[in-house]
Amino acid sequence: MNHSDHPPHDHSSHDHQPPPDEGRQLSDVQYLEIALRELLIEKGVINADEIRAGVEALDAVTPAQGARVVARAWCDDQFRQRLLADGSKACIELGIDIRPTRLVVVENTDNWHNVIVCTLCSCYPRLLLGLPPDWYKSREYRSRVVREPRKVLAEFGTQLPAGVSLRVHDSTADMRYLVLPRRPANSEHLDEEQLAALVTRDSMIGVTLVQTSLVRTQAIPD
Amino acid sequence: MSIAKIGPHDLGGDDAGKVSPLSRDLQWWEKRIDALYRLLADDRRMILQVDELRAAIEALGDDVYARHDYYERWTLALRNLLIAKQVLDEAEIETRISQLKQNR
Repeated sequence: MNHSDHPPHDHSSHDHQPPPDEGRQLSDVQYLEIALRELLIEKGVINADEIRAGVEALDAVTPAQGARVVARAWCDDQFRQRLLADGSKACIELGIDIRPTRLVVVENTDNWHNVIVCTLCSCYPRLLLGLPPDWYKSREYRSRVVREPRKVLAEFGTQLPAGVSLRVHDSTADMRYLVLPRRPANSEHLDEEQLAALVTRDSMIGVTLVQTSLVRTQAIPD
Repeated sequence: MSIAKIGPHDLGGDDAGKVSPLSRDLQWWEKRIDALYRLLADDRRMILQVDELRAAIEALGDDVYARHDYYERWTLALRNLLIAKQVLDEAEIETRISQLKQNR
């Protein structure tokens, strides 16, 4: 799925079933995965139903969770302040409990833009955004976004206006970041749910902005 | 300014190519290994913790780290952790892999 071509479809891309592994030559690591899983099941450490349920749980979390948090912050200034003060605590109000991990929400403003990365591995606010995209885990993103973030943003088609400063936040296993994007202009007539539909995964990582063009093409027709 | 690297995972500031904004869907086995890890680390089992997985990935060494992608590194690290914690032994893992390969 090419997210740069289809930013409005970020949410639905996670509904696809992954391709089955069968019918192809398995790699050594894939054999190792099967061996570990079978042995652990035979020893009663885990069971097959738990693995199935775990995979379903992975598929169930999508960036729509994070989008709900962002839209609430745009619509409710008191919530926005609580979110910026203690992200983990504020998310519990929306039924999203990411504890014991600490969530730090960083807000984009007229003067500041924020981007998140995990240079050492790929720590990511999974309970808000689902599993990280490949590029977030890539050598290229992890290496370069801390040194030449504007160049990296340009590779996502994002140009920050002149005069906007940029902060890059490096996540850890115990502390995850979420970008609170700027609410798009001309979106006053949209309710919280309609706003949430505009918020893409990539905008909450900070590599793109929430686009007003989506407001025109997606939300106004009805 | 250059700062000594702390391991193969320490990529921040390196030179690297362009970021490709493409993202493929995960394969089943990648989701299964993710689920497997979370079961081993859950409150009931507590066989391992996230920091141990991270440390085991970092300990794979430059060559193994560079040659494998994300969930391959998880799988190799989990193997080493499960052996170190005596949940599984190396011989039974190797035997099972041989059997699996023969039966395909």
